[in-house]
Amino acid sequence: MTGQQASRVTYTLDSSLDSVNKVEQTAEQLARKAGVDEDDIFRISMAVREAAVNAVLHGNAYDPDKRMTASFENTGSSLVIRITDEGKGLDPSTLPDPLAPENLLRGSGRGIFLIRSFMDEVHFRQLHPGTELTLIKHLGTAPTGA
Amino acid sequence: MSMKISTRQVDGVTILDLGGRITLGEGSVQLRDSVRDLLGKGHKKILLNLGDVNYIDSSGIGELVSAYTTVRNQGGELKLLNLTRKVHDLLQITKLYTVFDVKDDEASAIASYAHA
Repeated sequence: MTGQQASRVTYTLDSSLDSVNKVEQTAEQLARKAGVDEDDIFRISMAVREAAVNAVLHGNAYDPDKRMTASFENTGSSLVIRITDEGKGLDPSTLPDPLAPENLLRGSGRGIFLIRSFMDEVHFRQLHPGTELTLIKHLGTAPTGA
Repeated sequence: MSMKISTRQVDGVTILDLGGRITLGEGSVQLRDSVRDLLGKGHKKILLNLGDVNYIDSSGIGELVSAYTTVRNQGGELKLLNLTRKVHDLLQITKLYTVFDVKDDEASAIASYAHA
């Protein structure tokens, strides 16, 4: 299902890896169309993929009755991507630091860290139920994260 | 979209040539199964050739870490070969570059394994 308002396009998707791939590809197309360089296209699409994985896997837990929404907008000065889920909610302050020595060899827990590394702004909002992640990349700024 | 994986033996070292994407639900499971299969057969000197891996997400990074610790816990050695710039950068950002033994030349990588 697709809804469009101004330059924003929103998808409502089931909780599947196909949805994750679709969201990633849409982010890549948005960034490419905005004239972002290849390195930032990679960073943006990866950050959005990680956010979608969080929504589908950790938020909705692949529940077929729960949906993820993904909206994509080029405001002219920024790319704004919002991902929502219908899960139990996520408190980012409780996430362990993946760079701490005791966590370096953990097999998971790097998704939010990578999102923050690759985007200029990341905002969390609790939806009761669920979480909304807003990922913002300012256009015309120097690459970040590497 | 998915990962390609092939195995060869050189001087007692098992080289896994990986290509494509190592991501949740795609390459991650293949990598995990391949490493477990090798360990089950007693192959404990494992070199992951990532030269053709063009994309890896946090799940794939986690799988590399899990493979590394699983092999090490069984007395083996797992090293990485031929990182693309993207994978190199991701390992730098996540502070894993110094955790892994990373090589950029196959012959010297093979020679670096302990020969019992």
